[in-house]
Amino acid sequence: MSDLAYSIVTRDLSLWYGEFQALRSVSFKARNGLITALIGPSGCGKTTLLRCFNRVNERYGNVTTTGEIRLLGKNIYDEDVSLIELRKSVGMVFQRPNPLPLTVYENIVFGLHIHSPARLNASALDEAVEQALTDVGLWMDLKDKQKSKATSLSLDQQQKLCIARLLPLKPEIILMDEPCSALDVEATRQVEELMLELAGRYTIIIVTHNMAQAKRVSHECAFMLMGELIEHSRTEDLFIRPLDKRTAEYIEGRFG
Amino acid sequence: MTPGRRHLEPLKEWLIERFIWLCGVSAIFFVFAIFIFVFREGADYFFSGFKAGEFFTSIEWYPTSRTHVRYGALALITGTFSVSFLAMFLAVPFGLGAAVFISEFCPPRLKEGLKIVIELLAAIPSVVWGFIGLTIMNSLIVRLFNAPIGLNMFNGAIILALMSVPIIVSIGEDALKAVPDSYREAAVALGCTRWQMIFRVLLPAARNGLLAAVMLGIGRAVGETMAVLMATGHSIRIPHGVLEPVRTLTATIAAELGEAPVHSDHYQVLFIIGILLFTITFVINITADFIVRGIGRK
Ligand SMILES: Nc1ncnc2c1ncn2[C@@H]1O[C@H](COP(=O)(O)OP(=O)(O)OP(=O)(O)O)[C@@H](O)[C@H]1O
Ligand SMILES: [Mg+2]
Repeated sequence: MSDLAYSIVTRDLSLWYGEFQALRSVSFKARNGLITALIGPSGCGKTTLLRCFNRVNERYGNVTTTGEIRLLGKNIYDEDVSLIELRKSVGMVFQRPNPLPLTVYENIVFGLHIHSPARLNASALDEAVEQALTDVGLWMDLKDKQKSKATSLSLDQQQKLCIARLLPLKPEIILMDEPCSALDVEATRQVEELMLELAGRYTIIIVTHNMAQAKRVSHECAFMLMGELIEHSRTEDLFIRPLDKRTAEYIEGRFG
Repeated sequence: MTPGRRHLEPLKEWLIERFIWLCGVSAIFFVFAIFIFVFREGADYFFSGFKAGEFFTSIEWYPTSRTHVRYGALALITGTFSVSFLAMFLAVPFGLGAAVFISEFCPPRLKEGLKIVIELLAAIPSVVWGFIGLTIMNSLIVRLFNAPIGLNMFNGAIILALMSVPIIVSIGEDALKAVPDSYREAAVALGCTRWQMIFRVLLPAARNGLLAAVMLGIGRAVGETMAVLMATGHSIRIPHGVLEPVRTLTATIAAELGEAPVHSDHYQVLFIIGILLFTITFVINITADFIVRGIGRK
């Protein structure tokens, strides 16, 4: 049962958008409670791989997938898997902050509302909001703005809110697709700190273009190229002693 | 380019600018002109003999009585409102439902087909709708409901609903299409079912556009003349059920203006009805505007 050390395990995962093959036989493992970074040049399939883990790729009609994905030991393509439960335990943060056009408060309790059939009691909701905002370091700034529109916040607050709204659902895994690419330096630093605080409690996968960021925040790092997983190891090892020539060329900035 | 033509370029610009300006200004001018004309035609009587009390509270509409002329429009006002209300009661759920189906559930191929069909429906002239009401709907209602006459409020409302649904669908679908896909992604990734996404995210996000769609639908229903004239049975009374014939404000103008001697009292009262219709649609639009803005600010 060595698999229990891993939250995500894929075996020979291939994916096609229509005729175009975007993932080629990817076998990837993400360790429980660590931050794993996915790096690679544009169009290599990082986002595609990430979107397999909560099966949101299936929104597009023309996607075919083969191979196996196990999350927390469970094959997510099994018949009895509920997409709703899957997405409850696997949260996602997008490249552009996308809070819903509701208030800050409503954004955070949104997940609780859709996942519980009964009415929730107001003080429990208030508590959940305070907890989530505290966890992402927004409580001080937003405690008096809970009733204002989430879309009117600054971009970095929006992105932190998008992380905060996942937390009340107690996810096991958080997927982040270039979460800092719309943010400035200071906001990026804050989000990175936040990720390091959340690591341990959650397994985090982050896609990034920024190799310095991958070095700063990730424990493990996976390099992808043209839909293939080329190399995956501890971050220090990957950046100091890459095993594959292509990895070495990429991190030296020879292409990408 | 030859020097001569280059010389003419600023003149061309100037002409185009003037022309566009003229188009814009004349549009405003014509709207005002129409309003002033309608008002002037009814003004004489409005300020001298017009009895507003009778007009709004009496159901006795006897404009050509030899002994005692009475202009009570209450039944006509009720007629307009009841037919429009029933029409909206049918059209709004159907229209919005269809808009949601087309924008969220429909496979792309079917979508194209449906949109063409809806545009075709919107292009059917109202007299054709009236004809459908007069013939098909008429006999259908008589047979299905065992009603004495098939030309009644229900018939008119169905015809009006059929006329407003295409408007509600196409504008509603535009409004839903304008909701950024990132909202859908956020909702899906949080584990929403399709319906939760629609009710909790899409409809609230698109509410201004959807409201505009409904309002335009209502506007169409209130202002429609030919179809209701042909389908509602044209009898002046306050209806007690949906299967009773009614007459609307618009149908009254259309039916009687031709026979009323120009500038007679009757003629002028019909113009006052026109002003009333003007006011109703104006109020609907203003209300819609306020609701939309009120919601937008929240
Ligand atoms: N919905 C789609 N339909 C068809 N092809 C797609 C779709 N999404 C992505 N692709 C293609 O799949 C390949 C991988 O895309 P993906 O978005 O996963 O790359 P990425 O590594 O995330 O790139 P980037 O760093 O630019 O975000 C690209 O060639 C892209 O053009
Ligand atoms: Mg990407």
